Amino acid sequence: MDAFVLQILNGLDKGSAYALIALGLTLVFGTLGVVNFAHGALFMLGAFCAVSVQKILTLEQVVLDPDQLTAWGTPMEIRTPYIEAWLGDYGAVLIDYSVPFSILFAIPFMLLIGIAMERGLIRHFYKRPHADQILVTFGLAIVVQEIVKAQFGANPIPQPAPDVVAGSADIGLLLGFAEGMVVYPWWRIVFLFFSASILASVFAFLRFTTFGMVVRAGMADRETVGLLGIDIDRRFTIVFGLAAVVAGLAGVMYTPILSPDYHMGMDFLVLSFVVVVVGGMGSLEGAVAAGLLLGILQSFASMNEIKSILPGIDQIIIYLIAVVVLLVRPRGLLGREGVMED
Amino acid sequence: MKKIIATQSNLSVMLIFIAVVLSAPLWLTPIGANYPDLLQKFAIFGIFAIGFNILFGLTGYLSFGHAVFLGIGSYAAVWSFKLLTMNVVPAIIFGIVLSGLFAAVIGFISLRRSGIYFSILTLAFAQMSYNLAYSVLTPITNGETGLQLRIHDPRVLDAAAAEQSGIPSTTLFGLSMSGYSGFYFCAVVLILAFYVSLKIFRSPFGLKLQAIKSNQTRMKYTGFNTRPYLLTAFIISGMYAGLAGALMAVTDPLAGAERMQWTASGEVVLMTILGGAGTLIGPLLGVGIIKYFENIFSALNEDALHTIFNFLPEFLENFLVLITHPFVGEGWHLTLGALFMIIVIFLPGGVMEGINRVSNFVKGKYFSDDSGPDSKAESRLQPGDAGGE
Repeated sequence: MDAFVLQILNGLDKGSAYALIALGLTLVFGTLGVVNFAHGALFMLGAFCAVSVQKILTLEQVVLDPDQLTAWGTPMEIRTPYIEAWLGDYGAVLIDYSVPFSILFAIPFMLLIGIAMERGLIRHFYKRPHADQILVTFGLAIVVQEIVKAQFGANPIPQPAPDVVAGSADIGLLLGFAEGMVVYPWWRIVFLFFSASILASVFAFLRFTTFGMVVRAGMADRETVGLLGIDIDRRFTIVFGLAAVVAGLAGVMYTPILSPDYHMGMDFLVLSFVVVVVGGMGSLEGAVAAGLLLGILQSFASMNEIKSILPGIDQIIIYLIAVVVLLVRPRGLLGREGVMED
Repeated sequence: MKKIIATQSNLSVMLIFIAVVLSAPLWLTPIGANYPDLLQKFAIFGIFAIGFNILFGLTGYLSFGHAVFLGIGSYAAVWSFKLLTMNVVPAIIFGIVLSGLFAAVIGFISLRRSGIYFSILTLAFAQMSYNLAYSVLTPITNGETGLQLRIHDPRVLDAAAAEQSGIPSTTLFGLSMSGYSGFYFCAVVLILAFYVSLKIFRSPFGLKLQAIKSNQTRMKYTGFNTRPYLLTAFIISGMYAGLAGALMAVTDPLAGAERMQWTASGEVVLMTILGGAGTLIGPLLGVGIIKYFENIFSALNEDALHTIFNFLPEFLENFLVLITHPFVGEGWHLTLGALFMIIVIFLPGGVMEGINRVSNFVKGKYFSDDSGPDSKAESRLQPGDAGGE
């Protein structure tokens, strides 16, 4: 039972990352009708927002202290981050909280990137076949990935979580298990709540605001909404920006769990695409449900008990499910009729 | 150029092709591409891309997991070297047959869906094979290290031969498959592969595949069962990939799982599109361009750039080096990605469309409606292609 709960928790954090990326993919697909292979790159860019912010915050000033000598007899170098020198303890706190802090930068940055991408490139591909859209965004993803690689190097760059949540929580105690049975890192709990609130706010935004209503109407029938005198293209551009922000925020908050490197976007993209297809093309709820479901199933499949019966199942479970779902329920779990069907 | 080819008879096309391929070491010398390793790569990836083109170019089904057959071909060939003989003929036969079998299974399942779902299904199969080859199937694939030849491999058929010291090299009935002989072997196979693809393009079967691409629904409504034709095309294309994989093992007897990764599948898509999908020699052009520039660009570094721009004034030299430096060497993939985007945006028909436009322009027919219904630009506007718009 305790192992069961633990695997569900483990699956939820990966699953919610899938869900956030898949949500953005589905939003873009549902509104603009574009299959965006560069969405993983947006996730990766978000993660590197966190890296850059941390790099900037920890820029150091070097002061030579003549009173203290190193082992070589030269004056010792005292390195303090500028931010600490200027702001004192507040600076130290800021460095400690660099990952959550970088959200403030990631939101405008990702919004800008998303809108620039839509206006500059994607806009010209509305009328082109899906194969062309896949190919051009695939090319874009390679370009973004290589630029990041040139800038930050090929190795993963670990990002520490704030000290307060660096340890692990004994969740089992709350649920009535013995001590030390269900131990779960605090940061993953933070990530879970964060992604839940992002998901909730995106859904609330689409459901309860006028803007969201127009967007949903546009998803259902773009032409009619346009005929009613609403500039639907502009709203869809903003939706693209929104999807980019969602992916970027997922990237920022995921960095303490997985050290970002330049190809993390591609790794997540392939899986998120599978998630979108399993959930049903064009269904936002389906994307989220399938993301969480596949995350949990993947973590169950990596349990030793299951691996001993079906060796290698943890490597292929997601793809296997995708194959089965596509063959049994071609529209995916919650797919709408008439989306991507010819 | 496509027009020129389209009007020639099979025989003359083949004669020109044979002459061009076999003389490749001569006319590639001036541009510094005349060494066996690179020539072999041209031929092998050429076969791979020709095969991919039979599926994607003719039927429009975009497979994102084609590299899996390449990997299977390689593994089969290396196992044949290990267990049977160092002769390349059985290795190639095994590679083709085994990848054909896998293609039959994967194709049978994947072809139940079309469009992006087909792409995702093939991708899923490729990723499954890749992950399994890396983890559970290690006894067969040797996991991360890759499958290699050993001195003590059984090699049943070679046992009669004299005791050898060291790892033997691959042979074609005694002719060693390294260096130029390796290239000429690959070249002959490439010529055969091209001939088969030419025959397919110009057969009723090829026409049916093109009809499926332009409007599958209409084909079905006329009472035509498209599935067997698609499956045949998929299997043929998988066998081409298996052949290419086996040839890779012939020129370098080593098979690794990374050959099956989806980036490798993406590469062949890039090559085919870059050259021009659906044209006979487009994929070969794409392979040539990508492999050549990969070779040249990835070898360049900052010093080499300074030498190249040496003739310029110093500030201009430094400026140019500063600009071009991120695009070469390690950053070669950046060039590739950017080039690819430019091609997809401005020349959806690839290099072949560019050549067509130029040749039409030269003939002064640029604005006349001469391109005909088979041209890439027009077939793309067919309603059947538009997907779920």
